[in-house]
Amino acid sequence: MITINSLMCKGCGYCIRFCPKHILEMGKERSAKGFFYPVNIDKDACTSCGICALMCPEAAIEVSDKEA
Amino acid sequence: MAEYKRPQSLKPMATPYCPGCLHALATRLVADVIDELQQSQNAINVVSVGCSALNLYTWKGDVIGAAHGRAPAVATGIKRCLPDRLVFTYQGDGDLAAIGLAEIMSAANRGENFTVIFANNQTYGMTGGQMAPTTLIGQKSTTTPFGRDPMTTGYPLKMCELMAVLEAPVFVARYALNSPKGVMDAKKGIRKAFELQMAGKGFTFIELLTNCPTNWGMGPIDTLEYMNTNTIPYFKPGIYKDKESEA
Repeated sequence: MITINSLMCKGCGYCIRFCPKHILEMGKERSAKGFFYPVNIDKDACTSCGICALMCPEAAIEVSDKEA
Repeated sequence: MAEYKRPQSLKPMATPYCPGCLHALATRLVADVIDELQQSQNAINVVSVGCSALNLYTWKGDVIGAAHGRAPAVATGIKRCLPDRLVFTYQGDGDLAAIGLAEIMSAANRGENFTVIFANNQTYGMTGGQMAPTTLIGQKSTTTPFGRDPMTTGYPLKMCELMAVLEAPVFVARYALNSPKGVMDAKKGIRKAFELQMAGKGFTFIELLTNCPTNWGMGPIDTLEYMNTNTIPYFKPGIYKDKESEA
């Protein structure tokens, strides 16, 4: 289960590029900073591997084992 | 299954870096390792001038700003006065490999007991993308609009190789931050360097290959591919010196 903090995200897309399940996609909405940010399109498929958080330059993604 | 929380060593705000800049990732990695080692109250971050220095805005712990390229000299003084603190410099390539070359070579040669984190993005990012000593042959910059020509500007400077021939440094390694594997290796390398420093072993040098989407004139994802095809074949990642394992 991942949580994306839209206030930190700058929309670089590294998480989308490296997600092994291809379940992240650039969203249609802009954040308060004016950037498009990624959204998880299939929450059940997420294995909490943490690669998105590993590649996120801004530490905008937090990973937890628990289901939301 | 992994758990990841934002490091406590960083303030709860976005960095001042451009979108996709791997400087921000390098800063985050250092913060992650310092959190893991529980040194966030004990670490001193020495920055000098350039985009590398922008990480002081998000750094929660102690930061000191040095003159351009002189971070190793300042870190030497701090470490000698406060030997119990974890001291590291965070420098870019225009800072460390150009104006600060004398300081870094001298500090490394003396074997000062601190860590240098060297973020190499092959350009002067803050001043607008001029050619740096590490700019690749043929790479375009604002001062080499037709690509770097070795006949007039020489060859890209390989800092890890230079450091590795010196007697004093104990750990010299280079990592590329453009893939999850590279990032994981880099984290291990930074951790090892900090542990060696805390054990009082001596000078440790970590080079991190980064990108500059703004001044390379590419999208963030394209810069990662560019690093794969151009940067990594020239600046080969790996451990160049590991005195502890050799001994």
